[in-house]
Amino acid sequence: MTGAYLELIRIRFMTMLAYRMNYYNGIIIYAINIGAYYFLWQAIYSGRDELAGLTAGQMTTYVAVSWMARAFYFNNLDREISNEIRDGSLAIQMIRPYHYLVVKMMQALGEGLFRLLLFTIPGLAVALLLFPVKLPADPAVWAMFFVMIGFSFLIHSQINMLTGLCAFYLENNEGLMRMKRVAVDLLSGLVIPVSLFPGWAETIVKWLPFQAITYVPGSVFASGARGADAWQALGLQAFWCAVLLVPIALLWRSARRRLFVQGG
Amino acid sequence: MRFYAALWLDYLKNYFKTRMTYRSDFWVEIVSDLMFLGMNLFFVLVVFGHVDRLGGWTLDQMIFIYGYFMVPYGIFQCFFNLWNFSERYIVKGEMDRVLTRPVNNLYQLLLENMDPASLFSALAGLLIMAYAWPRLGVELAWHDPLVLLLLAAGSVLIYGGVYIALTSLSFYTDAPTGILPLVWNIQNYGRYPVTIYNRAIRWLLTFFLPFAFVGFYPAAYFLDRDDWGTVALMTPVVGLVFLAVGLFCWNRGVSKYRGAGS
Repeated sequence: MTGAYLELIRIRFMTMLAYRMNYYNGIIIYAINIGAYYFLWQAIYSGRDELAGLTAGQMTTYVAVSWMARAFYFNNLDREISNEIRDGSLAIQMIRPYHYLVVKMMQALGEGLFRLLLFTIPGLAVALLLFPVKLPADPAVWAMFFVMIGFSFLIHSQINMLTGLCAFYLENNEGLMRMKRVAVDLLSGLVIPVSLFPGWAETIVKWLPFQAITYVPGSVFASGARGADAWQALGLQAFWCAVLLVPIALLWRSARRRLFVQGG
Repeated sequence: MRFYAALWLDYLKNYFKTRMTYRSDFWVEIVSDLMFLGMNLFFVLVVFGHVDRLGGWTLDQMIFIYGYFMVPYGIFQCFFNLWNFSERYIVKGEMDRVLTRPVNNLYQLLLENMDPASLFSALAGLLIMAYAWPRLGVELAWHDPLVLLLLAAGSVLIYGGVYIALTSLSFYTDAPTGILPLVWNIQNYGRYPVTIYNRAIRWLLTFFLPFAFVGFYPAAYFLDRDDWGTVALMTPVVGLVFLAVGLFCWNRGVSKYRGAGS
């Protein structure tokens, strides 16, 4: 059974490879986004050494690394799932001898690995050339970072699954998916590190899973934290990853009984 | 002319019929649009929680610039929504249907993809400007609303021109080029004072992809007329130039169009 799931990762990876041309301009897009925030933060920092514990150099690194991590964890699982619910192909998937959600996760992983190899790594190289990004030399920090973006991928995919499965109830969840995307970009700390949020907002964000996607790994990496701090950050990610399983399981169980195919 | 207006009305009715099938989703979409714009505003607010000025501009000025930016952005989103053109019209061959009808093809396309929900963003932008205005301590001249109208129209034309030109590239290549999302991201640079960017980006945003004219320059007219007034008043001119370029590219593209053969 595991073999079949691994095969799914491979197939998705190969499919993405077939359309790789679409991804090269993506690297430029990410460079543009990093650039926009780089200049903005430069202007914000002008004349001061640090904001909320991050130096200007660390902020540049944080921005670059957050966007590159996003390239890995980002996927359209929500759209894929809701499309399959709406066009009814989910019904076929359900009678097959595998777990639908695990299949989706594996396909997303294939896509993520593709992006990691052909997007994140060359993209980071471009960012290194254009902007003064400082990467830590310590291999332990790197190892920790890779484990952490693994969790980022899991948590983001889980949130995507929840959003996608809402199509069972919402018929058309286009708006919800857009809302989720905005929530993830803002609350995960992609556009502003959570530590800069005003107190009340920081408190809210601390109780939500989104920060575990970008802010937690990004800040560990940019500040070069290790030891207890890094382990604590990892623990937080693991915690959210486990917690999110509950609503997914509940939604999946109740939703299966009310699959209603619109014109399938 | 009357025929074109009647057509517009019919398409509008059709739009609301379609959208009201999924009524809750319509509202969720408006809320998510506003959330997206709110996210950028939140960014500005958070930053000003730590600094007093950004490239010499105060919080209220930044909010005003952002409010202005939302107005042409929302109008553009409503009337020039060509985002999926290549996929829907070229790849699936719907362009053939459009071309066989006795109405200007671009006009039909814009009608078919009209998205009035986006106008809520423009409205929110106006409210933000109205909020920031009294806090800026600048005078309101009798002709300022008219100037605003003129500048916003210019900004919308710039948007329209740039995206029509880029969309017309779909006539030459079969595969979606991906240049559209690229430009979409460059547009983000226009929301902030161009004074914070280096010379190359400033040049790009003024002459090549003039997104500084959809946000910062025209907004600066109201904030600092002495320094930026002249540049700001160029907005309608730039708008007309880019619209002309867009229409030229489009018409050339259409004449090259051969159909997908499906």
